[in-house]
Amino acid sequence: MARTTAIAMRTTAWSCLFVFLAAPVFSQESHIGNLTGEATRGKKLYQRFCIGCHGEQGDGRGENAVYVDPRPRDFTAGTFKCRSTPSGAIPLDADLFNTIGRGLYSTAMPPWLPLTRQQRVDLVAYVKSFSSRFREEKPGPPMEVPPETPASEDSIDRGRELYQATIKCALCHGKEGRGDGPSAPTLTDSKGMPIQPYDFTAASRFKCGQSNEDLYRVLMTGLDGSPMASFSTSLKPEQAWDVVHYVRTFQPDTHAKVLNFHAKRHTEANKESGQLGFGSPK
Amino acid sequence: MKSAYLTLPIAAALFSLAAHYEKGPAARAAEYPAPSWGPFVSTDSATESEVVGKVILEGKAPGNHAINMAADPECAKSHTGPATSEDVVVGPANALANVVVYISDGLANRAFDPPKGSAVIEQKGCQYRGHVVALEAGQKLLVQNDDPTTHNIHPQPANNREWNQSQAQGVPPIEATFGREEIAIPVKCNIHPWMKGYIAVFKHPYFAVTGKDGSFVLKGLPAGTYTLTAWQEKLGTLTQKVTVGSKEEKKVEFVFKSQAGD
Repeated sequence: MARTTAIAMRTTAWSCLFVFLAAPVFSQESHIGNLTGEATRGKKLYQRFCIGCHGEQGDGRGENAVYVDPRPRDFTAGTFKCRSTPSGAIPLDADLFNTIGRGLYSTAMPPWLPLTRQQRVDLVAYVKSFSSRFREEKPGPPMEVPPETPASEDSIDRGRELYQATIKCALCHGKEGRGDGPSAPTLTDSKGMPIQPYDFTAASRFKCGQSNEDLYRVLMTGLDGSPMASFSTSLKPEQAWDVVHYVRTFQPDTHAKVLNFHAKRHTEANKESGQLGFGSPK
Repeated sequence: MKSAYLTLPIAAALFSLAAHYEKGPAARAAEYPAPSWGPFVSTDSATESEVVGKVILEGKAPGNHAINMAADPECAKSHTGPATSEDVVVGPANALANVVVYISDGLANRAFDPPKGSAVIEQKGCQYRGHVVALEAGQKLLVQNDDPTTHNIHPQPANNREWNQSQAQGVPPIEATFGREEIAIPVKCNIHPWMKGYIAVFKHPYFAVTGKDGSFVLKGLPAGTYTLTAWQEKLGTLTQKVTVGSKEEKKVEFVFKSQAGD
């Protein structure tokens, strides 16, 4: 009996040790569809592809960082521009995954499509491990993007009124959408670095995607860490679509046409060969 | 027999651990709730003391600059005279307004429940009222827009969650809380870059913001020796030790020296 007790006690001691040790070993994970990302695998990829700009500590102070404008993201803050979650909330795994695959247009962040889906999911897990916010907070409810309203002339007119007068987009983005409004020179990001409002006339793509849905999401969730606020409390969904339709009118027509032309050609060519269409995830 | 009693808790521990890891990340995150403060440690109200005092500015007040609100006609229209910045606001007899006076040391590890009432920031005439607002961690903050224009409220904390929410005319007050102590969080409106304010967050209820008369009261202090700090956004901080006995009203004075010259 005494011997059994001794064994049991020893087992208890080992189990307790196991329980205490297991908790800190908890490794960050990410989930995209049926793929699970592991931070331990992501770390190796990060050290190969991301460390030069984002730095070993994930603080955006890699050796190339000083040559990069806007500066690389500081992952330790847990603040991200492209989100489907409310302002101030951490992003979904899918938001980070999409950013890695899409890149951030007009910045030094390229699309990382040469990496496999699994590799990108692993990177998401490792990027999350830099900030304790991902262990302490919930991402918050993702923003629903309701069906788009028709992009009619009326919608564009309502959007113009909102942009120019009601919600004051023009004060930063300018009357003609060139990013040169009266408040533009005063803007800084949350690190105090000067930041320019997006020039809508420069291209038909945006940092967080190129579809109308992407534009809607930026308007309603804001770009955290930048002066771009979330307009979810100020705009009804149909009003937000009006603003999206109006902002589209600033864009270089030719550029958009060229893009659509290529998109169509791709889709048609792929239809014939039975492959996925343009822009579909690999 | 004894071993059965011992293995039971082990099994339970392992089971809960397994359950923890089986859950998705969102469910796991829910197991890490925001920090909450412990129960209020009530002090004997019969022996509570008060620190009352005044903050004054010695020397010439640095001038506040005029604000040009022409970029937004709705803002410009709301002022009959010229609007000015509120970097250093001086009342009669050199009284210094918008100074946060608080206990910065001496409360040991006492924990306090946040009060039920809300702190309020008004956006009026495209400026913040009050310019400096103090509240407790976990206490509700209401941000209301009384202007016929759109603002965005953008607190830029170092130790709390950053957010940035727009508020058009007529939109109901935005509710927010800050979880951690921070003195003080700058608040901005990016649309109207002249709009600047501060939110001071405390983990205890012993703080006050001075009005135009420069006066403050810290109520309900248990007897003890404390460090008292006065913070002004441009002039920095001043500290002094204060010892209060039981049921005492202690008078103190803070004198900020102006760097503006005579």
